[in-house]
Amino acid sequence: MRSQPGSLKTNAKAALADPVLKAAMAKLKTGFRSKRAIAVDRLPEFDALRDRGQAMKNHVLANLDFYLEQFAARVEEQGGGVHWCRTAGEARQAVLDICRGQGAKMVTKGKSMISEEIGLNDWLIKHGIETVETDLGEYIIQLRHEAPSHIIAPAIHVNRHQVADAFRAAHTDLDAARPLDEPRQLLDEARAMLRQKFLAADVGITGANFLVAENGATAIVTNEGNGDLTQILPKAHIVLASLEKIVPTMADAATVMRLLARSATGQEATSYVTFSAGPRRPDDKDGPKAFHVVLLDNGRSAMLGGPFQDMLRCIRCAACINHCPVYGAVGGHAYGSVYCGPMGSVLSPALGGLAEWAEMPNASTLCGRCEIVCPMRIPLPRMLRHWRTREFERHLTPLPVRAGLAAWGFLATRPTLYHLAMRLAMPVLAWFAKGRGRLADLPLAGGWTASRDLPAPEGETFQAAWARRKRR
Amino acid sequence: MSAKAAILDGIRRAHGRGPLAQPPQPLPAAAIPARARDSGPAAVARFCAMAEEASAQLVRLASLAELPGAVKAEIARQKLDPAVALAPDPALIELDWTGLAVRRGPARPDDMVGVVQAFAGVAETGSLVLLSGPRSPTSLNFLPDLHIVALEAKKIVGGFEEAFAKIEREAGGMPRTVNLITGPSRTGDIEQTILMGAHGPRRLVVALIGDA
Repeated sequence: MRSQPGSLKTNAKAALADPVLKAAMAKLKTGFRSKRAIAVDRLPEFDALRDRGQAMKNHVLANLDFYLEQFAARVEEQGGGVHWCRTAGEARQAVLDICRGQGAKMVTKGKSMISEEIGLNDWLIKHGIETVETDLGEYIIQLRHEAPSHIIAPAIHVNRHQVADAFRAAHTDLDAARPLDEPRQLLDEARAMLRQKFLAADVGITGANFLVAENGATAIVTNEGNGDLTQILPKAHIVLASLEKIVPTMADAATVMRLLARSATGQEATSYVTFSAGPRRPDDKDGPKAFHVVLLDNGRSAMLGGPFQDMLRCIRCAACINHCPVYGAVGGHAYGSVYCGPMGSVLSPALGGLAEWAEMPNASTLCGRCEIVCPMRIPLPRMLRHWRTREFERHLTPLPVRAGLAAWGFLATRPTLYHLAMRLAMPVLAWFAKGRGRLADLPLAGGWTASRDLPAPEGETFQAAWARRKRR
Repeated sequence: MSAKAAILDGIRRAHGRGPLAQPPQPLPAAAIPARARDSGPAAVARFCAMAEEASAQLVRLASLAELPGAVKAEIARQKLDPAVALAPDPALIELDWTGLAVRRGPARPDDMVGVVQAFAGVAETGSLVLLSGPRSPTSLNFLPDLHIVALEAKKIVGGFEEAFAKIEREAGGMPRTVNLITGPSRTGDIEQTILMGAHGPRRLVVALIGDA
């Protein structure tokens, strides 16, 4: 699940100094964000759909055991296999066993965050299976030996020149003098290279945007068509999915489709929505002969019935990420987890443990934009605060921060003492400002004043001013 | 305990209950957005507008018999070799394909043009519904550069729900693959710039047959 070593603080500092990243992040506003706003405005029923999506997912989570068994039974009736996996390790092993059963030398992959979560590529490669990402963004970062920096746009941090460099380094059979200045040239080269891979692959692995309980169908929502070439050309298709991807019916899938495309890319519909159920039928002329669903828990069932259950409604649209001011400043790698931004900061500690991911819930201003745009109405700020409380309770917070918070808490819960302290502090701060109205430097608050001034108090507390005016 | 039993047991423990005694009460049907409830000519008009917005190219034909002529015209316009990979669909095979080299069956790597017939169209998004089966191999929808899809206007439904119900009713349930296709393949993975023709077809032509 880790995308980058190092602490969030040091990673963020490095990210802020990266001009390529800064340019990429500046495009979020005119790209994903404005496209989403336009698409949402065009559908008057969007908020009603959000209510429905929320109710539907709550219903699924309350009855998850029933719907999982129904889904698995339908898959098996159609000749597919279902592999229940408690941990990342079990899921990796299940995929490897299927690949070995097929005698696979090479697998192609559609985009899957579950694959990133369980570190599948390194595992398969370590066991001698060539593993090729085919989503353009995933292909780029695979060549660069990087993790995704965004859950739907994995190579968002990379510019075209860096893509060209990666292609020149990897595609050494091609003419070294070929022009690779334009995105079109880069795309055409990737298309040609990956065509050979699609045709040669023994097994294709895709993720799933939803699993339909009533008919055992798995669905992918995509634009490039790579997920389809990945699943129809090889002899076996493996679907990697986590438990909460279940929807009861195809009509419920329709609700999620309407919410997902608009929230993610601002499209009315993505180019492709593909439902796959089981292996090819006896009369079919193409399609995989074997079909397997690898169902991953990895900490999700333990989230049920607790304060983080609502997070399992997430449909991975990335709207919260696209609208997050912190993500927009530091990008995805700084978080250190493959799940970044607000959704990642709630999910990563739940899946990987708070001790490992305690910094993430703190990387938020709690401005609330994420909750405003979330199609499934997930109360992300509330859950971020919940993690912060737990971090404090479990003594995971660094000592200076703890001591500071404890002192503040002592003061803030004793009104008389608080007012006295403020009455003493205000004139001192006003004096520090020397009539300029702001403080450029303040002892113990260097973290604040390093990048901006602190407005100085005028010398009187609010309560004193209130009382004075009331007397008038 | 098997992994399956452990996972199901964990879910039940988290909810503080045992296995459900009976299936959960399904939620009442969801309200369908107004734009997904069109029918007849209104649905056809919306389908056309939405498909073109998604960069599909539309050709309107009076009958299926005009399809080979439209395919030839498009191939000439694109300056491609006069050859097509044709879905082994009796309704397509019986047409007069004189002047084109026709091969029936799933797509091969060097096929430049794939011609198939859609099961339905969805007005709300301008999407085509294609079902896998002996008459419509899925590879034809993704390998060729130029994807030409014949769609009878009377097969256009208002929204996704209607399309899924139609699959249950008329196709006898889920085939191996249901493709909803809206415009040609595209990507935004290089500097967030949208480019057509990623891994799938570079162009999608919808040959709309007849009227609603």
